[in-house]
This record gives sequence, structure tokens and C-alpha cells, in this order.
Amino acid sequence: MDLMTEITIFVLAAFVGFEVISKVPTTLHTPLMSQTNAIHGIIMLGGLIVIGTADGTLDKVIGTIAIAFGTINIVGGFMVTDRMLGMFTRKPKPKADAESKPSGSSPAGGSDRPDGG
Amino acid sequence: MTLPAAAFSPSSDFVTACYIVAFSLFIIGVRQGTHPTTARRGNLIAAGGMAIAVAITLSLDVIGNGVLILIGILIGALVGAVASRRVQMTQMPQMVALYNGVGGGAAALIAWAEFRHQLALGGDIPLDVMIPILFSAVIGSVSFWGSNIAFAKLQELISGRPIGFPGQHIVNAVLLAAILAGCVVLSANHDSSPSQGLFIAVLIAAAILGNLFVLPIGGADMPVVISLLNAFTGLAAAAAGFALDNVVLIVAGTLVGSSGTILTIAMSRAMNRSIGNLLFSGFGAVATGAAAGGEERPVTSIGAQDAAIKLAYADSVVFVPGYGMAVAQAQHAVKELANELEKHGVRVAFAIHPVAGRMPGHMNVLLAEADVPYEQLKEMDEINPEMPQTDVAVVIGANDVTNPAAKNDPSSPIAGMPIIEVNEAREVIVIKRSLSPGFAGIDNDLFYEPNTSMLFSDAKQAAADIAWEVQEL
Repeated sequence: MDLMTEITIFVLAAFVGFEVISKVPTTLHTPLMSQTNAIHGIIMLGGLIVIGTADGTLDKVIGTIAIAFGTINIVGGFMVTDRMLGMFTRKPKPKADAESKPSGSSPAGGSDRPDGG
Repeated sequence: MTLPAAAFSPSSDFVTACYIVAFSLFIIGVRQGTHPTTARRGNLIAAGGMAIAVAITLSLDVIGNGVLILIGILIGALVGAVASRRVQMTQMPQMVALYNGVGGGAAALIAWAEFRHQLALGGDIPLDVMIPILFSAVIGSVSFWGSNIAFAKLQELISGRPIGFPGQHIVNAVLLAAILAGCVVLSANHDSSPSQGLFIAVLIAAAILGNLFVLPIGGADMPVVISLLNAFTGLAAAAAGFALDNVVLIVAGTLVGSSGTILTIAMSRAMNRSIGNLLFSGFGAVATGAAAGGEERPVTSIGAQDAAIKLAYADSVVFVPGYGMAVAQAQHAVKELANELEKHGVRVAFAIHPVAGRMPGHMNVLLAEADVPYEQLKEMDEINPEMPQTDVAVVIGANDVTNPAAKNDPSSPIAGMPIIEVNEAREVIVIKRSLSPGFAGIDNDLFYEPNTSMLFSDAKQAAADIAWEVQEL
């Protein structure tokens, strides 16, 4: 890609970022920070690209660590954001109903809650 | 550009089209993340965009070392998934810091790998590759180490108090100058291959700068720092996109960089402080030490039973939660107490300071987890005018955000920070384990006011005890 094209994209993306975050309620500051944090996990693609050319041991190690780091950033980031936001969704509560529903067997549903103390 | 690295960039239109879909999903996801009803869906949309971007990149036939890629992804996915399932709600802030750190670390490592690749190709590295590589390396390294310090402070592996030494700003300035000089030498050297030793030295200098930059900042300001480092990492990813000629890296990284900057400004505004002031002043480490350690001032202590009587016969009670509630996992006990009080016909509200806890929205998350109705959560500007009509304000593990010194004492390090004006309420009950100062490291005059009673206890225990006493009435 032409350098000037890249700079054009960069500047436009910067404005999109500025515009897209307007009037965020304080409550959503943390989840939003966490979500954008997960999005910069896109850096992991860079790891995929550089490891393609890696020959020496050091290059391979660097690339593998970069991929692992990037994946932690992506997977952890999106999951933790989802958990935070899950707290805000209004639960259609009645517990008896939830148990009688056949779909109530959500995987690992119970581990979602901190154990307290 | 005719650099060989371009051979590894998406060449086919299909790949680029997928990248365009991916970054569009990121933008839509962030947009939806700004509204409570769509935020969760927005997060999933962004995650979908990420899945597309990763999948299409993996399908490129220039991608080699498949086994290593698999190992990296498996380790990363496992660590990320387990950590985010296991983490308690109270530890969210440091978790975000850690994820941000590894993102920055990845950027620095990728920059180093690409630098080595360019070296292996021989000779002169073109400026439009070299500059983004250096940018990504330096910012990534600062972000990695800075985030780790932020994590350590929030996890209380190291003291949350500002840590610094005289002349630290000068040392930081010198380091920054040295890093810039190193970068200039690396890019300007056209006669021979740039030195890898110098590149590593620049990486290390950036690592030291990252440490020194965050250490002097008090724990109470950490959320803003994490947000800023988040924006940094975004820019590092964008720079890597320039170096690797990858459009989705450029767009996604820039998106995070600019939206993260706006978020950072919004957060520091909530604390009524400018970013510069927050980053470069340190939170008055020693200024108020004398007041804290000086004369013993009398406080009124109170037991659970007396507190229960005060609360049950009040017309209106406002709870002011803080980090103490979070560490004690007291949100459910507090909700129980609120339920009991409502049975006695007490009007209950929760006053949420924008930066209560360790992150904006921290308290909202915890209270929502305990099923406190949204209508009972009041923001600071909404509750402060109601304070003089409030019978009892119950401060649960909050400290600095209630300190009247922020309003009354211009010399206080937190002067000018907006507070929840609990001292305006007719009575104040402070539930706290001890008189120890809060995260800002300064004493709280509130504790010594005549209408304040201190209930020295763990927040969860205290809430449960009071709720039981209320039941007995």
C-alpha cells in the first residue's frame, strides 16, 4: 500500500475513533475501555505475519510469545468485557423458571460468580 | 513500496475485503459499546470482527511455522479464557491492565522481529518501515512495563502510594531524549546496517521509562493511567500496521488510540484534574504526612446495634460504596441491608462517585451484580443536592471520594476533586476497618466531624451485622 494511502486511512480512522466515543455514561467507561483494549489485540495478526518469515530460534521464540500475548489480549479482553456487561443486563429473574427450562444447562454457568470472601 | 515484507501483506482483494468487514465490525462494536442496552452486543460484534480478521490471516499461504502459531494461540487462549473466568469482579481493573500490558508487549516483540527480518534482508531499511517499527517498539515497551506496574499497584504487590525520588522528572526527560536520539541514529544510518544492540538498548530504555512513568502515580489515579496506556497500545498496533503494510492493524489500532484518548480525557475530567497534572505531579506523597501522623484526634465509634437503630428510624439513607466494599465482597450483604431498611419504610439510594473503587463504573458493576435496581444508583451530581435532606449517609469502604478537604482545603493534594458531600447529611456512619488513609495516602477530615460515627469492621461483616440488628428491631 502507498504510504500516503496509509496515512489517509490513519487520519480518517482517528476521527472515527474520536466521533464514535461521544457521551458515554460513566458506568460504561470501564467496559468500553476493556473492549477497546481487546480490539488492540489485533496486534496478534502482526505476530502471525512476522513468524511466517522466522528462521532462527530467537525469531521463532519472539514470534510465538508475541502470538501468545496477542491471543491473551484478545480472548481475555473480550471475555472479561462480556462478563462485566453481563452484570448490567436485566435478568428475567424467577429462579424456579430458570431451573425448569430445558435450556437452563448453560455450560459453566455457575462459575461466573465470584466465590466471595 | 517494493519491500519484500509486502509479500506477506494481504495481496488478494478478498483478504482486504475481509479486513474491511472486520474493522467495520470493530467500529460498530465500539459505537454500540457506548450505550447500556447495546453494549454487550457491541462487544460480541467486535469479537466477531476479530475472529474474521484472525481467520483470514491464518489462511494466507505465506503464513509459516504453523505448529508454533498453534502453540502460541493455544497458550494465549487458555491463559486468557481461564484468567477472565476466574477473576473476581473486584479485580477487573488490574485484569484490564494486564491484558493491555501483553498487547503492548506483543507490539514491542513484533517490532523487534520485523527489525530482525529487515536486517536479514540486508542493508538499508527504508524510513517508512523503520520509523513505524521504532514507534511500535518504544510505545509497546512503555505500555507493557507501565501496565505491569499498574497491575502490581492495584493487586497491591507493591504499594499503591506514589513511589518516586527527587529529580525523577529530569531522569524521565533524559531517558526520553536518549530514546529519541537512539531512534534517530537507527533511522539515519544509511551507510551500514543499523545496530541491533542499539535497538535493544532503545527497547530497554523504553522499559525503564515505562516503569518510572507509572511508579510515582498514586493508585487512585491508576484507572486513568490504564486508559492512557490502552490508547498507547492502540497506537503501537497502528504503527505495526504501517510497518507490516496491514490495513486492519492500522484502522483498529488507530481506532483504539483515538477513542482511548477520549475515554482518558473523560475519566480525568470526572476527577476534575487535567491529564498533565495527574501524570506529572504525583499525588502529594509527603505534603500531608504531618496531619496524618500528628496529633491524635478524637473520633466517635459506634456498634452495629446503634447503627441499626439510626438507620431503621431514618427516612432516607444513602449508601456511599468504595473500594473497601469491593475487597470485602460486601455488595450482597449491603443489598440485604438495603432490603431490610426498605421493609422499615426507609428510602434507600446508592451514591456512586465517578471514580469510586479502582475504575469508573466499578461500583455500578458490583452493585448490579448484587441486583441493586438501576434507579437506586445515583451519580454524584444527582445525589449531592439531596445530601442535606438525607438522614444518614453510610460510607462503606470509601475514603478519598468523601474527603471534605477536597472542597475546603486548597492545599490538599486532592483539592478540587469533586466529592460526594456526605458531610452535608444529618449523620454519617463510616464503615471502615481502621483510620488508615485511603489510596491517595491522605487523612480524611470526615472521620473527625461531630456528626460522623465510625464503625470499625470489615464491610461485609458490618453490613450483615447491621442487617441482622435491623431485623431484630
